[in-house]
Amino acid sequence: MSERTAGSNPPRLGQLVRSQEGIVLSVAVLAFLLFSLLLPGFFTAGNLLALLRSVSILGILALGMALVVIARGIDVSMIATMVVSVSWAFVIAQSGYSLQFALLVGALFAFAAGILIGALIAFGEVPPIFATLAAGSVIYGLGRTFFFTLEMQNVPPGHDWFLLIGQSRIFGVPVTVVTFGVLCLFLHFLLSRTRFGWQTYAMGNNPGASKITGVPYRPMVVALYAASALVAYAAGLILASSTSAINARLFNSTMIYDILLVVVLGGVGLGGGHGKVRNVILGTIFVGILLNGMTIMNIDYTIQNLVKGVVLLLAIVIDSLVNPRDEQTSQQGDL
Amino acid sequence: MKLSRMMAGLAAACMVLIGSLAAQAQDKGLENPRSTAFYKALDGKKVVFLPLSMGFDLTEGWAAVMRQQAKRLHYSFEIRDPAWSTDAGTRALQSLITEKPDLIVVHNPDIQSYARLLAQAQAAGIKIVQINLESNTQTDSYVGANWTEIGEQAAQAVVDKCGTGKGVSTKVAIDTGVPTAASDVFQLYGIYDVLNKHPEIQVVSQQATEYNPEKARSIMDTVLQQHPDLCGAIGIWDNQDTGTASAIQQAGKASQVFLVTSGGGNKVGCDNVAKGLFNLYISYNVPLQGEILNAEIARLLLSDATAGSNKTLYFNPLTQITKDNVNQRNCWTLDDLK
Repeated sequence: MSERTAGSNPPRLGQLVRSQEGIVLSVAVLAFLLFSLLLPGFFTAGNLLALLRSVSILGILALGMALVVIARGIDVSMIATMVVSVSWAFVIAQSGYSLQFALLVGALFAFAAGILIGALIAFGEVPPIFATLAAGSVIYGLGRTFFFTLEMQNVPPGHDWFLLIGQSRIFGVPVTVVTFGVLCLFLHFLLSRTRFGWQTYAMGNNPGASKITGVPYRPMVVALYAASALVAYAAGLILASSTSAINARLFNSTMIYDILLVVVLGGVGLGGGHGKVRNVILGTIFVGILLNGMTIMNIDYTIQNLVKGVVLLLAIVIDSLVNPRDEQTSQQGDL
Repeated sequence: MKLSRMMAGLAAACMVLIGSLAAQAQDKGLENPRSTAFYKALDGKKVVFLPLSMGFDLTEGWAAVMRQQAKRLHYSFEIRDPAWSTDAGTRALQSLITEKPDLIVVHNPDIQSYARLLAQAQAAGIKIVQINLESNTQTDSYVGANWTEIGEQAAQAVVDKCGTGKGVSTKVAIDTGVPTAASDVFQLYGIYDVLNKHPEIQVVSQQATEYNPEKARSIMDTVLQQHPDLCGAIGIWDNQDTGTASAIQQAGKASQVFLVTSGGGNKVGCDNVAKGLFNLYISYNVPLQGEILNAEIARLLLSDATAGSNKTLYFNPLTQITKDNVNQRNCWTLDDLK
């Protein structure tokens, strides 16, 4: 069943153009050509790398989100997990433990948070949006109350190797972009070549059917949320490494909506069951082109937000036209 | 004769009496009636601090200094933390108006949101001190930076480095925070006030970073791609400009781009000056602001004047920190203040 809906048969050109993916792709190509022609300095290797780099953290987070969304879930606690686990790791390192040990503790915290959220959804049968929304506040509250007082945590001094993750380049390509690429390949392999991936699509397509046909539904849900929490942690490390600090205030920012923007825009339907890694890449690059172009044109902050909002709205409208609500998705409830 | 002897005797008696009294005063001291009144008037009063959010250097610093005085003078000191939410802040202020503490210290998220509520609170008899970020409503007191002055100083420093024939170009980028905050609107006025007198300076980018260092980093990254000959940059807050600085450094342009930023003088900011990430750091000195706040709190709690009847403000002095004067006196850590 994953064969058909995952679209592994190469779609015909006409189909592609009419699909959301096709529309976004053509708009992205159009924007790219337009900016290249009209904005001097847009189509340079340096700027294109800067563009990719500025969105690759968003892209990494979107990969984790996509994994959950494909299985008909959503994880809006990713930012909370990210900032709290990384901030806590830095606080531990600053209080005298080795950075390696601290990072391990951070990873374990993120992993535990993911498992708990997954268990809440799988065994507690709480709808994912509410479970993760609440869990996000709980994680952030725990962090601010018990783990750290200051929102801004600097990378502990004397660990230059850590800063290399976010600041160095491999053959001229920033490590951040390379990491995004590697994660894309890994996730693509996971989704298209492994039983884990096929079962993920099955869960998103029809949760009821997947349960009775032998998919270990609940353990799978737990595993998916644990995976997205670990992806969030990894993204947080790269983020902290590239600016030498992590700011817990990101929890209050619109970042989680930017992640959803990337996921929905690329064509991973919020109803679950379809979408591939290439959709996330497409969404990431389109948002990158948009943000980069607007920064170069020096467009006002309010207008930038307006443009982002309108694009997200259009994407959701197109999503619901292309993937109309059917009996199954309406039972699940709209997000 | 008799009279004069009597007078002399009396005088002598007086001398003895005064002498003995003075000796007694020297032994036990004198009660200072004003001191007693001072402590008594402050004892048991209630002061509430409504920050933008706790958890960052500025608010934690002020709170530490204010808490110390509250402990010393025995008045209560509470914090209502709206965690960056203007909505939560508005609700907190509304409930404070009915709670009626003696004084509220307010840190405004922007110049408009709390304006009416501040007037209402004063009408209800609560004295209001604003700290570092002003509202459109002037209240009993404002203590903090004059943002226009910071903008002028920052712009002047950039003009000195990037005027015609001085730098690689006359291109300058500005990173703002949130467009409606007092720090933005007044500072931008100051910046453009100076820049308009120097038409050779080109502002090639003016973007809002929402105080987010990663956003500041990617904006500066893009701007540097677009204008590799950028000469100067003005950032609005040190916390976000760690990102701006790391973009400049990673592009290998640390010696070319002159970066000015401002902040509370926390050691983290100072370290960035020492490392050469910030070329000029205009500090509004949080410990000093905390002390001035304390003086204002005590003055207002002692005063019989009704809330809002007498409005004053004090712009505290600014310190320009460069590599040459990063020192203990100009930089602080939270542990120093606690």
